[in-house]
Amino acid sequence: MKKTVFLGALTVAGLAAGAAAAGTLDDVKARGKLNCGVTTGLVGFAAPNANGEWEGFDVAVCRAVAAAVLGDSTAVEFVPTTGKTRFTALASGEIDLLARNTTWTFSRDVDLKFEFVGVNYYDGQGFMVPKELGVSSAKELDGATVCIQTGTTTELNLADFFRSNNISYEPVPIETNAEAQQQYLAGSCDVYTTDASGLAATRATFDDPSGHVILPEIISKEPLGPLVRHGDHEWGDVVRWSLMALIAAEELGITSANISEMAAGTDNPEINRLLGSEGTLGEMLGLEADWAQKAVAAGGNYGEIFAKNIGEDTPVGLARGLNAQWTEGGLLYAPPFR
Amino acid sequence: MSTLTDPPNEGFRLSMLINDTRYRSLTFQVIAAIVLALCIWYLGNNLIQNLRAAGLNISYSFLGDSAGYDINQRLVEYDSQSSHARAALVGVLNTLLVAFLACITATVFGVVAGVLRLSNNWLVSKLMAVYVEIFRNIPVLIWIIIIFTIMTAVLPGPREFRGDDPSASMLFDAFAFTNRGIYTPLPWFQNGIFESTAMNWLLILAGFALSWGVVHQINVWASRKQEATGVRPKTLLPVLAAWLVPFLALTMIMGLTWEYPELKGFNFTGGIKVGGPLIALWFALSIYTGAFIAENVRAGIQAVSKGQTEAAAALGLRPRRVMNLVVLPQALRVIIPPLISQFLNITKNSSLAIAVGYADITATLGGITLNQTGRAIECVLLLMLFYLTASLVISMVMNVYNASVKLKER
Repeated sequence: MKKTVFLGALTVAGLAAGAAAAGTLDDVKARGKLNCGVTTGLVGFAAPNANGEWEGFDVAVCRAVAAAVLGDSTAVEFVPTTGKTRFTALASGEIDLLARNTTWTFSRDVDLKFEFVGVNYYDGQGFMVPKELGVSSAKELDGATVCIQTGTTTELNLADFFRSNNISYEPVPIETNAEAQQQYLAGSCDVYTTDASGLAATRATFDDPSGHVILPEIISKEPLGPLVRHGDHEWGDVVRWSLMALIAAEELGITSANISEMAAGTDNPEINRLLGSEGTLGEMLGLEADWAQKAVAAGGNYGEIFAKNIGEDTPVGLARGLNAQWTEGGLLYAPPFR
Repeated sequence: MSTLTDPPNEGFRLSMLINDTRYRSLTFQVIAAIVLALCIWYLGNNLIQNLRAAGLNISYSFLGDSAGYDINQRLVEYDSQSSHARAALVGVLNTLLVAFLACITATVFGVVAGVLRLSNNWLVSKLMAVYVEIFRNIPVLIWIIIIFTIMTAVLPGPREFRGDDPSASMLFDAFAFTNRGIYTPLPWFQNGIFESTAMNWLLILAGFALSWGVVHQINVWASRKQEATGVRPKTLLPVLAAWLVPFLALTMIMGLTWEYPELKGFNFTGGIKVGGPLIALWFALSIYTGAFIAENVRAGIQAVSKGQTEAAAALGLRPRRVMNLVVLPQALRVIIPPLISQFLNITKNSSLAIAVGYADITATLGGITLNQTGRAIECVLLLMLFYLTASLVISMVMNVYNASVKLKER
């Protein structure tokens, strides 16, 4: 871990400059594999399944990009990163794309020189406590011991929340979600705080999920999205529009079931442009004409990915909420494909 | 008839740099130095060039910005509005605290285990051998995590102290052992002579210094008496009195009272809290490094020739006095130099603190600050500087000590 940070720091720019010059898109094509940074394991978002294959909501983004660029959704090398190592890994060129429920903030975008290509999950920071504590609001947490993943925006939000409400707390910084879960269950902290989606995902793995409540307060805006290195706009475009293709596919009613039928041509010109039977969108990106078709075929459209990994029928059990299409009162809004 | 002539005075030829033993070693050293300098220059230049290409620069101005995060163990005033530099200072003090504590306990563990390993008692020596082999052959990170996990799993949470029939209770109503740490009573002065608590404690220390002086005088007097009459007078009572009277008098005057920890809300409040992460890290570092020190001590003792022990025994000294007066003082010469390395190891290994959420310098400056500001190179350079300085200071102090105990050659 420590070594990674250090070596990463030394090689930071060595590779960054090289990568910027060569173009990540060409690199990925030449390598035949996409290096995608994900979490070290958060059920529903990115975790290896019983067969050792990575799956989850963030993993699906990696697979869609790999399918769009390389035509093969399995041509992905998943690189597990912690909250601390993720940015160094991306800046040093160890990974081409970071899809690790990372919050889009000003300083990360501007000061750390990254480019957030969009938002794949609108989240906010919440608190989870054992039901037996009888706490119903985060404002009752005066003096509590709070487990928190270090190296994340939650650390700063937490300090702000407790300061502005003039109550005290004791932070317990923890490196990974798994350790935090263990500490929380052992009772060495009263509260676990992270993004509300992460709390739901963590609670889903407990023996007794009903013994824990997620408090109603959402104390921050956490737009989570994939990001790439600043300066390589061609690559940024590829990732951005791969994500947008997933969102647009849901809006346009393209699913993994009907995609091959629709790809043959429909009477909706936007679908035709997206799936490549009309226009030259693929060529403009430097990809095949059927890039979006492959991206959607990899795991389905945004709605299918959501339902399969973190939706209400999964153990994680998240409602669409803010993450519904704009036509259904949510915030998902893909720019037009033309 | 022979004539002595000077050897032909050959001029310096370039080939002599390789062929002449007088110059050869110099040549290679110069080449090695040049290669090394080139390597360093290449790395440094690469870094600067690429940073420039990526539009980044080396700047330490972030140290003055507000840190924005909280730290659970603070030896100095700190809150989330303090600067990153302040957060780094908190981390430095936490590192030094755990390193200092661990150096002391590791030495105690090591000396005891090292001496006992040479015991004639089969069971004791084998037990110590098992201790040494188990602890030094498993990585210290694993020990830190094992001890921390056991602590959090075995000890009760604060919530179990609550209710009419709690499943856990405090020891003597004064000590609480929880999985978040150990809470002990905090001594304080009701009517201290000085305003600040620190000054009052200094006064107590001064009292102890006085006691020490008196005890020293008593010992000198007793030795003189022994030399004159051959009988050493009994000094136990005066010595006890010298230690206790000033301390008791001072605490009576200043009204020493204890603040007991009390369960309030989610946690115990009041008293002194020794956090779980500190205990786990401290204990793991001590017991792990203690195993290495035990081997150093054993080596040191075995380096003292057996004749010394036998001669001391022949003079009628008991085994314990043989060890304390004859063997250990000589063994120290062999023990100290490797001991310095062990102390340095403790200081450096304390950087594993983040594994259990202890806020040392690696966790604050090298962890949260590095992450939130993205200034990886700056933070890592500062970290290197800190550990280098700390290690050099420790080895300097220990070298001074080593010089004072080493064999004096006259």
